[in-house]
Amino acid sequence: MKWLRGFGRFWWDFVIGDDWLAAVLVAIAIGITAAVAHSHLTAWWLMPVAALLVLWLSLRRAIRSA
Amino acid sequence: MTTGNAFLVLSAFLASAVEMVEALTIVLASALARGWRSSLAGVGAATLALAAITAALGPALTAIPLNALRLAVGALLLVFGLQWLRKAILRASGFKALHDEDAIFARELADAEGAVHVERAGLDWYGFVLSFKGVLLEGLEVVFIVLTFGSAQHSIPLAAVGAAGAVVLVAIVGVAVRAPLARVPENLMKFTVGVMLTTFGIFWSTEGAGAHWPGSDASLLGVLGFVVVFSVLLVQVLKREKLEAVTA
Repeated sequence: MKWLRGFGRFWWDFVIGDDWLAAVLVAIAIGITAAVAHSHLTAWWLMPVAALLVLWLSLRRAIRSA
Repeated sequence: MTTGNAFLVLSAFLASAVEMVEALTIVLASALARGWRSSLAGVGAATLALAAITAALGPALTAIPLNALRLAVGALLLVFGLQWLRKAILRASGFKALHDEDAIFARELADAEGAVHVERAGLDWYGFVLSFKGVLLEGLEVVFIVLTFGSAQHSIPLAAVGAAGAVVLVAIVGVAVRAPLARVPENLMKFTVGVMLTTFGIFWSTEGAGAHWPGSDASLLGVLGFVVVFSVLLVQVLKREKLEAVTA
């Protein structure tokens, strides 16, 4: 059990890192892009804009907590 | 070679080079303080473990349908890439200390010299474990990038060639110099890898979500340009902020 927790912790730190909110926002942005794309509307621009916003937010959080 | 494939090789090469420079620092510190034999045994064991992970996961990933794979890989790469890019921007704007291989080497060397000698299987255990962990952990990032990039682009061998090229190059230079490669522009390379990961993450997560890029693969260049411009702008904005905070 301890090994499993350590394994999960490693992958969490590895992929998600110290800003879990960024991962949640990326997931939401992908969900919105999928919904827009399946409504036959132009959706390709959504992820670049979302990435910019998530990065800005993540930087602000990192600077605030420094 | 298509734009996507060229980016694939370049990204795998750069990411691998950055990680291998870091691994080399640890291995050198371990070898000089604890002996080459145990340290090289650690490098060999870690290389075998990484090869086993790649061999086990590579074929499994190629069996997943492309759209589902691109969605999962795109999301992972975007989250992973934004992490790299955030750290790189914080370093470039002065909010985080620059990565210094010389300082890391000095710290690792001091720790290794101070550790107690324990012998297991005829090896200095500290030297073996230090090298093993260093190569395994840095190498895992390379394996992650090679497998995700390669599988989403349907070219794991091409990504592996890019990564292997960097491993060979860093190993040759490392053996020749026998010192940490502090002159490698590591911070710039980390920034570039962050940009590449984020670019591929945006591109594939969009395709995986069912949206279509105007111009198909060629739009990768447009996404790259967008990520570069906004990253550089963010560095400039934060640099000014940092300067104002210091002078206030």
